[in-house]
Amino acid sequence: MVEMVSRPYASAFEKFAAGNSDILCMSADLTSSCEIDGFRDRHPEQFMSLGMAEQNMLSFAGGLGLAGFRPFIHTFGVFMYRRPYDQLMASIAYPRRKVRLMGFLPGVTTPGGMTHQSIEDISVMRSIPNMTILETGDATEVESICEAADSIDGPVWCRVLRGSVPRLFETPIKVGEMRELSTGDDILVVTSGICTEEAMRARSALANAGLSIRHLHLHTIKPFDSKALLDHIGSVKHGVVTLENHVTEGGIGSLVAETMADAGVGKRLVRLGLNDTYAHGGSRPYLMRYYGLDALAMVRGIEDLMGQEFGISEENLDSARVEDVHSLVKAEAL
Amino acid sequence: MRNEKTTEEVALGIRRRVFEHSMRNNGGYLSQACSAGEQLAWLYNEELKLGAPTLPMIPKPFEGVPSPSNPDYHTGAGYNGPATPEFDRLFIAPAHYALVAYATLIETGRMAPEGLEMFNKDGSSVEMIGAEHSPGMEVHNGTLGIGLSTGAGLAYGRRLRGEPGRTWVFMSDGEVQEGQTWEAVQAASHHGIDNLFAIMDVNDQQCDGAMSSVMEVGDIRSKFLNFGAACIEIDGHDVNAMRDAVQEKHDGKPLVILARTNPFHSMSILEERFPRLHYVRFKSEDERSRMNSSIAKDLGVEPIDYTH
Repeated sequence: MVEMVSRPYASAFEKFAAGNSDILCMSADLTSSCEIDGFRDRHPEQFMSLGMAEQNMLSFAGGLGLAGFRPFIHTFGVFMYRRPYDQLMASIAYPRRKVRLMGFLPGVTTPGGMTHQSIEDISVMRSIPNMTILETGDATEVESICEAADSIDGPVWCRVLRGSVPRLFETPIKVGEMRELSTGDDILVVTSGICTEEAMRARSALANAGLSIRHLHLHTIKPFDSKALLDHIGSVKHGVVTLENHVTEGGIGSLVAETMADAGVGKRLVRLGLNDTYAHGGSRPYLMRYYGLDALAMVRGIEDLMGQEFGISEENLDSARVEDVHSLVKAEAL
Repeated sequence: MRNEKTTEEVALGIRRRVFEHSMRNNGGYLSQACSAGEQLAWLYNEELKLGAPTLPMIPKPFEGVPSPSNPDYHTGAGYNGPATPEFDRLFIAPAHYALVAYATLIETGRMAPEGLEMFNKDGSSVEMIGAEHSPGMEVHNGTLGIGLSTGAGLAYGRRLRGEPGRTWVFMSDGEVQEGQTWEAVQAASHHGIDNLFAIMDVNDQQCDGAMSSVMEVGDIRSKFLNFGAACIEIDGHDVNAMRDAVQEKHDGKPLVILARTNPFHSMSILEERFPRLHYVRFKSEDERSRMNSSIAKDLGVEPIDYTH
């Protein structure tokens, strides 16, 4: 049974930031929703409420960066870049301010629908010069995201999981590296974020079907180690399947495609994710099934790549965690 | 340090330089020099506490944008002196006032006159829309509305560090159309950021023409007061009024000075172009010639020989 960790960011951020006067915790009215309410209450001298005013918050954080502070901004990811994109560029990214953008509720991890779902943020951030991109896939990565982000000399975009988060890994994020979760030689599976757990659920059924899967988990999306990926691609016979909690355009599917094209790799690639679509509101399992982001979608993607069916159905997959939409570890369902 | 010139003389010098440059280059930001001359002259000549420039009097060429592979990158803030705790900092929020700001640096002995000849030349750091590497600039402000927020963040950070220096933002009134301006004021007020100062050139002009025709903004002073700033409205060509305004007590609040100005102050012929004053490019040789002699007369200088 997978260990579940409750509100990993809350304790991790406090442990990391408390007492370091160069770190400021900034919030845009989603303080408990971003698990920093305890920090606010216990460390008010390091906490700033900036209200529902993200444009100001981003430029303000740029000003704090100019004064030598390292602000950690907390809000839902989607609110951090869609409205204040210009401020993000001019006040943070261009001048390489050490602002750490902690974006909660990546992709479909919210029942809030289109307005709350950051489904194209990786695509946007990848195209911004000077920006580093990290994504968390489990509790250990959430617990290590602050140190990882703060090791970067420049702005960092972080996709942060919250609430009840599974522990899949034992070692912290090492910026610039990738996790090799299995070492097969038929197909390379590349996943990130919550999709990694889904791919892991599919692995034993795929092994039973006689497929040898090499599985990589990406927590660092930019900068990216193309050579390491190419070595992995070179180690498999049939091709690559990517699965991401993001649109397939500009995310890790594109990253893999670009890497392959640049190197002239002629293997097949199947990119799974939100396929040129917005999502709507609903529970995470429902949305992941409906939009093809779950373990079964991974199986179907591999079947597509191999051109044959393996007779794997839902019952053959490792059990999924069923998470309540309303739970004690979330301030609200959103 | 004793100022060799009066602030009024500096303002006149700014206008002369912008006039000469605009005549020679068949256009420029003449109206901004008319409206903002006294404000920038007063800031640099009297009010701002700035150290000696740390960058060469003749600006270096463009040296690349900030990136991990550009370790020698620097901003143009060095023309305002070192960024040490005791000194003030200034952001020029409307970056298209750069020509006027550069002229101010020259008039106050912070940049060589040759610097203006590099204006808007390819490969130069003396950019038309002031970039963060341009003389006197520290951050990018070419997109309007971000200056006051950045200033508020810097001011708050400096207060946390116990620095006595103030943070000033030179603003333009068109920026009040941007919602971010009001976000910045409410944040600065909520957090009691009273080491933040702004002076706004209220010339009622924007790119498309008179503000009243593009987007009426109403009573700006009432808005600033309602959003929590201290706010004084003065005649923006009256230096004594600025001297008085900055004395206004504003404990726990930023101070915003609204400087009401005339966009053709001291260049009366520009009124012919009203309400399109944002960037004056001469439409004909006849107009250029008439503007040349008229503005020269207003400023008390000889017309410019722009033919060679």
